[in-house]
Amino acid sequence: MLLRHTPKKLEEREALTINPAKTCQPVGAMYAALGIHKCLPHSHGSQGCCSYHRSALTRHYKEPVMATTSSFTEGASVFGGQANLLEGINNIFTVYDPDVVAVHTTCLSEVIGDDLNQIIRKAQEEGKIPKGKRVIHTNTPSFKGSHVTGFANMTQSMVTYFSENTGSRQKQINLIPGFVEPSDMAELKRIMSEMGVKSVMFPDTSGVLNGPMTGKFKMFPNGGATVDQIKSAGDSFFTLALGRTASLPAAKSLDTKCKVPCEILDLPIGLRATDIFVDNLRKTAGVNVPDSIKFERGQLLDVITDMHQYFYGKKAALVGDPDQLSSLAEFLTDLDMKVTVVVTGTPAGPKFERRVHEASGEKTTVKYGLGSDMFLFHQLVKNDKPDLIFGNTYAKYIARDEDIPLIRTGFPIYDRIGHQYFPMVGYKGALRLLERVLSAVMDRQDRDAPEERFELVM
Amino acid sequence: MDNTIEKSIAKLPDAAEVKEEILAKYPAKVARKRAKQIIVNKVNEGEQVQEIMANTRTIPGILSMRGCAYAGCKGVVLGPTRDILQITHGPIGCGFYSWLTRRNQTRTKSDKHPNYMPYAMSTDLQEDEIIFGGEKKLKKAIDEAVALFHPKAIGIFSTCPVGLIGDDVHSVAREMEEKYPDVNIFGFSCEGYKGVSQSAGHHVANNKVFTDVVGQLEEEKEGKFKLNILGEYNIGGDAFEIERIIDKCGFTLHSTFSGNSEYDEFASAHTVDLNVVMCHRSINYLAEMMEKKYGIPWFKVNFVGAEATAKSLRKMAAYFGDKELIAQTEKVIASELVEVEKIRLEVKERCEGKLAMLFVGGSRAHHYQELFTEIGMQTVSAGYEFAHRDDYEGRKVIPNIVVDADTRNIEELSVEADPQRYRERKTEKEMKELEKSGMRFNDYEGMMSEMKDNTLVIDDLNHYEAEVLIEKYKPAVFCAGIKEKYVIQKSGVPLKQLHSYDYSGPYAGFKGAVNFYREIDRLVNTKVFSLVKAPWDNSPELAGNYAWNN
Ligand code: SF4
Ligand code: SF4
Repeated sequence: MLLRHTPKKLEEREALTINPAKTCQPVGAMYAALGIHKCLPHSHGSQGCCSYHRSALTRHYKEPVMATTSSFTEGASVFGGQANLLEGINNIFTVYDPDVVAVHTTCLSEVIGDDLNQIIRKAQEEGKIPKGKRVIHTNTPSFKGSHVTGFANMTQSMVTYFSENTGSRQKQINLIPGFVEPSDMAELKRIMSEMGVKSVMFPDTSGVLNGPMTGKFKMFPNGGATVDQIKSAGDSFFTLALGRTASLPAAKSLDTKCKVPCEILDLPIGLRATDIFVDNLRKTAGVNVPDSIKFERGQLLDVITDMHQYFYGKKAALVGDPDQLSSLAEFLTDLDMKVTVVVTGTPAGPKFERRVHEASGEKTTVKYGLGSDMFLFHQLVKNDKPDLIFGNTYAKYIARDEDIPLIRTGFPIYDRIGHQYFPMVGYKGALRLLERVLSAVMDRQDRDAPEERFELVM
Repeated sequence: MDNTIEKSIAKLPDAAEVKEEILAKYPAKVARKRAKQIIVNKVNEGEQVQEIMANTRTIPGILSMRGCAYAGCKGVVLGPTRDILQITHGPIGCGFYSWLTRRNQTRTKSDKHPNYMPYAMSTDLQEDEIIFGGEKKLKKAIDEAVALFHPKAIGIFSTCPVGLIGDDVHSVAREMEEKYPDVNIFGFSCEGYKGVSQSAGHHVANNKVFTDVVGQLEEEKEGKFKLNILGEYNIGGDAFEIERIIDKCGFTLHSTFSGNSEYDEFASAHTVDLNVVMCHRSINYLAEMMEKKYGIPWFKVNFVGAEATAKSLRKMAAYFGDKELIAQTEKVIASELVEVEKIRLEVKERCEGKLAMLFVGGSRAHHYQELFTEIGMQTVSAGYEFAHRDDYEGRKVIPNIVVDADTRNIEELSVEADPQRYRERKTEKEMKELEKSGMRFNDYEGMMSEMKDNTLVIDDLNHYEAEVLIEKYKPAVFCAGIKEKYVIQKSGVPLKQLHSYDYSGPYAGFKGAVNFYREIDRLVNTKVFSLVKAPWDNSPELAGNYAWNN
């Protein structure tokens, strides 16, 4: 047994988090910053955090993840990190020449209380930021929120620093994609272009964290939203923000700063959430849903209809990030599966809980925030054994001990590829998710069926 | 065959020119510093090597490979121990990232024995605790951990904010130990900003393990020729392979610090007669302190490379001086080498003359050169991520190392002989004899004296420098870690991870050598990289037109 010390009996814990179902803000901020074209994320703190965050993202994507750090030592921790950041900015522009440096804080610089606005101003005054180049920042204290919060904060800072209302509205909508994979971001863009909707999407990590092998390393790959695009987001006539936790702050800022109205939607994972996304695109942009998209929807529904017997009544336990979880819970419930447990370490709030209950019924156990960890999730799984577990790579320890198939979703996924290349959003993404669920269920049936009931056709 | 090597060396770029080119791009201040950290190797008479600057601050804004003291303490040294329950005191991230990512393997005697390694525990500090202090929560967390897991020992690991908000993990540990007298509870001040890299954390870990764990249990293991291995972390099963060989030879391995280890073995580690040190950087402090307090001699060994393994085993057997042990050791070496030689020669044919670069850790960049040499490959550039001058130049430079402010922050324990438990393992005369026969105690000769002239030794290599090296040398393989992996591979050069071994291994010992030969063979001779060019890249001109246009 890998997790041999996890008892079935639930006991209240107040202080000890065991096997977290979240991680810290900066890694989300770093990921978001990589979705700006020619941007170098910079971690303001000791180098350990940066090293950890780069390693986590590298293991997840199997791609280069470039980011720098202020490399605090004890001196900087006492006197503040201004000197380190100023020197860092100078070195970064001299050696790496990015267009944008996106600074996020760490626990250390937050506790010290470094004023990033002031330090960046100073760098500007001292001529350390070359003409046409930008240094932006966001605060990401890890003693609040989670990696999703960090993503949301950095995305919001893109608006704060770049977006401008020039007074001439452009015929485009903004799409804030949420903390999703590069493959998802590409799929969202494809759907919009299929529908003939002109859009600005940021951040956009497609082409950055799923790049090709060309024999030449490119420090700044072709992907990412450009500064000009994010700037023009202030002139768009509408914002669609996907996922309340990851995208709300940026959407709100666009509204208050640039007077661009917004709508917050669920992440388009599954049939109904995608329907709502497509329908909103249609209404806000004033376009028709093209046959090609209707065709994709029909295909998805076709598979659901044809394979319904394999979904019906199957129990699923979910652990991960709130925006994904609520959509996933809805989709699985639509397939007539039963969602037994939903756990996230992100403090997603009672709205999240309500949303999940709306989607999958009142019987679903929902746990979020402090103390909602994978240890608790495991205990809940032990108490009501599901047929499937949805979660990140760490859930595989539970899956193996309990002998339950795992559908890898969320962050991080260290032990498989696919998430970089194949989306989970949209009708096509849902189709792929279905395929994975079916394979898991059917493989299990094939493995466990008595010989006389081993099926050729399924 | 040696000709090919000579030829390829002749074609190598001039190292001094490469260095100049690297420095040219830097701002003046950075260039000045890096000039002292990039050394064109030259070994003079009597193993005299150049001075290198090491263990100094990482330059802000320069993409470094380094991590922090917490990673060195919790991740490297203590992480591989299965039954010391480890609580990270701090916000959630640090504990999350050090959760199982280092691939330390462990094997309990049965399912009933404790293994906390798959559990990441943290106090997950929130804003209120950052403001008002986190000690109360830490105590509560220990209460909960004791109630749930009933561990023998608990280690508390401090992250950056903890030091700043003034939490005293040591007093919490003392208080909680009073509450739970059966549990050994100790804290580590391994805040990430301490020192300049993981290295500081190694030192902090060594100190605490020495003062609070080693010597707590008077329990000798049965058997003859008892020893500890220090600085072997069982990544990819290395320690399993070393255990297998050592066992076969007839030594008694008391404990490994800290791969595949248990608390009780640590606690009684002072009962052995010899400490052998694998990774000098991360654990030499403990070896030194155990010698001073308990009288256990130590020397450096290396189980990476078949030759090196054989040499180390012989040294260990010679130390105990038992005829039977020596004979059995020779027998084991001879029998193990049969398979090794077969594969080695086969692989050597395909790898001879190719170039390797190694940039990792505090010892592997040196150790792994052995394996490359064995298959005829040459290391043209190497360096450590977090080592000190002695790991490059040899321990003889220690008296000359200037202790700077960052190092002074790490406590240097003053250790004296234990009045009861200090025991001479060998008489002075015996030690003299052994030394005369070539055995070097308390010594490590470092990387540089074993590297060829005109190779580049680079401390704390960064991304930009790696790019230049790749362009200039076009090595057949580059060894580093996960953060470098895909950067290097995108430029068409295979990267071998020498932290995690790319989820394979073991590479230590005899079986490990065979695994590594095969792995390098796979990497340097793969055709994957030749597929980069598509047909249209080779003939971009348009030869035809659509059929229906004709
Ligand atoms: S929790 Fe804070 S200190 Fe730890 S890795 Fe994250 S940012 Fe760094
Ligand atoms: S916060 Fe400090 S201890 Fe934690 S990862 Fe960062 S540098 Fe290391």
